[in-house]
Amino acid sequence: MAHVELRNITKKFRRHTALNDLSLDVGDGEFFVLLGPTGAGKTTTLRLIAGLDAPDSGSILIEGEDVGQWSAAERDVALVFQYYSLYPHYTVRENLEFPLKSRHRRIGAEEVAARVARAAQTLRIEHLLERKTDRLSGGEMQRVSIGRAIVRQPRVFLMDEPLSNLDAKLREILRAELKDLQMKFRATFLYVTHDQVEAMSMADRIGVLNGGRIVQIGTPDEIYNRPRDTFVATFVGSPAMNLLSGAFRDGKVMVAPGKLEIPVEAELANRIPPGLDRITLGVRAEDVVVGQDGGPGGGLEGRVYGVENHGAEKIVTLKVDEHSLKATVPAHMAIEVDSAIPFALTPGKLQFFADQTGVNLGWMKEEASHG
Amino acid sequence: MASIALRNVEKYFGENYIVRKLNLEIRHREFLVLLGPSGCGKTTTLRAVAGLEEIDSGEILIDGQPVQNRQAADRDIAFVFQLFALYPHLTAYENIAFPLRATNENRNVVDRRVREVAKALRIDGLLDKRPSALSGGDMQRVAIGRALVRRPKALLMDEPMGALDAKLREEMRAELKHIHIENEATTVYVTHDQVEAMAMADRIAVMNDGVLQQVGLPSDVYQYPVNLFVAQFVGSPIMNVITGAVRPGDGCTNVVLGENDAVQRFPVELYHKVAERRQGQDKLAIGVRPEAVLVARQATDGYFPAEAHIIERLGPYDIVDLKFGTQLFRSRTASGYVSKAGDVVWARLDEKQTHFFDDRTGESLRIRL
Repeated sequence: MAHVELRNITKKFRRHTALNDLSLDVGDGEFFVLLGPTGAGKTTTLRLIAGLDAPDSGSILIEGEDVGQWSAAERDVALVFQYYSLYPHYTVRENLEFPLKSRHRRIGAEEVAARVARAAQTLRIEHLLERKTDRLSGGEMQRVSIGRAIVRQPRVFLMDEPLSNLDAKLREILRAELKDLQMKFRATFLYVTHDQVEAMSMADRIGVLNGGRIVQIGTPDEIYNRPRDTFVATFVGSPAMNLLSGAFRDGKVMVAPGKLEIPVEAELANRIPPGLDRITLGVRAEDVVVGQDGGPGGGLEGRVYGVENHGAEKIVTLKVDEHSLKATVPAHMAIEVDSAIPFALTPGKLQFFADQTGVNLGWMKEEASHG
Repeated sequence: MASIALRNVEKYFGENYIVRKLNLEIRHREFLVLLGPSGCGKTTTLRAVAGLEEIDSGEILIDGQPVQNRQAADRDIAFVFQLFALYPHLTAYENIAFPLRATNENRNVVDRRVREVAKALRIDGLLDKRPSALSGGDMQRVAIGRALVRRPKALLMDEPMGALDAKLREEMRAELKHIHIENEATTVYVTHDQVEAMAMADRIAVMNDGVLQQVGLPSDVYQYPVNLFVAQFVGSPIMNVITGAVRPGDGCTNVVLGENDAVQRFPVELYHKVAERRQGQDKLAIGVRPEAVLVARQATDGYFPAEAHIIERLGPYDIVDLKFGTQLFRSRTASGYVSKAGDVVWARLDEKQTHFFDDRTGESLRIRL
């Protein structure tokens, strides 16, 4: 297993810049997830590492060695796609053996059999080995695709949205299996997805990609609790983080004057650059505490616009004038649509963003002090 | 506005049933969600109500009148598809007004109705735009506006958000429900997404293999699933289910999880309730949702030891896989509560939220403690 490093990668397709000065570092044995919307440059990044495309500038290192001039085969990385590209008329066993029978490899028949058996056992597809792949379900096919990557014992696994064609239940099961597999093999995984739940649930670290640039790299906890900007704040987490914009006056964000005025912590307020007159407040649904009248962060009131049952909890949409915000409440709490209810915002859990740039004010000062 | 009733509705293709003996009442002003996996017969049912699909037997009643032999156009029902199907060369205004053009309605009346609907849907600022200039969410609003402008007796929707991305779906869910509350149109909504069903439905009807499994409030379907299929189709993460057995204990019932992988004490009446329903069979399937697996970091009376495995840190909470013996349970904990894989913790099933099923048929034993 290996360490992968990208240094200042830029890739253009005609005039479109797909990747812009992208640098990242995937540790040996790490599960790294590149998360971003369609068109962010996720797949392009994987293709560059796999050697299917070449960057316009920058370098790619695997285990410290610059692999820029190496062919795809020499790089010894395995790529698993969203669409399982299996050989339809072959059995599962033949599909698994295939990558080991290439002329470049000299692997004895016993070793081939042993690796196939081990992969099949890990992925729980032993009972399917003699079946043709066109007789498999989607989940089984994706397991075989992953198996085909495993048998090669590559230095790095590259995964391009491998679960997105599967239904919700199967995704949930395979998510856990993939993570289990990665931990068991201590494999280096670079996994690409647009699904924030996949990223949060599997990653050791997440790199959020938008418009060909890395916006933030961090553990799921850092990404969730200290988003660098409003893009990360709303892309990660469900429901999306509530964002409320208002004028910044007297140390407060005036979202709805008289009704929703949120004080900025003094320590942060003191550092706000002069001239910054509008701030966006960010608060997660679980930090909007419904039913709490008064107390720290309290004394607020909203009208109930809608209530959604989510099984273990409910999500309530509140309106304060035209501003709406979502709150998580326990499943047993009875809430009437159109009623007025008190709520509080958990102090210490609020994020403040510069309205124009969307950058987290807590980050602005760090980035400034780092030059 | 209307009530809809399906009586013994059947539809088959050759020898295979697509819909089997379906009985379902949709109440006046209700938002009913037909939920099930692909191929379960939910879309066929919806299309049969709309008159887009003929049924082989049974009756469909709208406001008490049988309509199964009436043309779609004579049923006074509006249908919203997954793909918006707007006219690309017409503006949003013209698209919404389209169904009224055919009715020879007075121009002023048409204009008023279109603007009313557009305002309710918050697309009044977009009326002069063509579909190509609209976002996915706005296109879907126009499609819904076109359905509502006729003031149909009922609104039928077939996965209307299937083509939208996750964030937009989340927003549209709240909007659609609000539109429903304001318009009070009887609505039947088809989806395979249990989150959507739970979030929007007044009642959910769960289907599988052409057979209606359960109809009820979202909270009832979630808390009291009638069988293993419903139990595991609704809710995320999936309900944990393992085989187990009940044994009489000393002033309690011992619930054996798996093959003696763990034993937990339950109230004494559980054994009698199981015995009554299973006639001496003590094996059963035991189900528990992740939030009903209680976790403690210290040894606690009544809890059994387990080893933390994969931890999914989802943000507001964690999903922690717990291994005990050969079994694995997923539990939901406060975020950061279990620090790492390999930690030993103590677990117990919340008895009020533990489900007992017949291990062969999958039917719930309907035991409430």
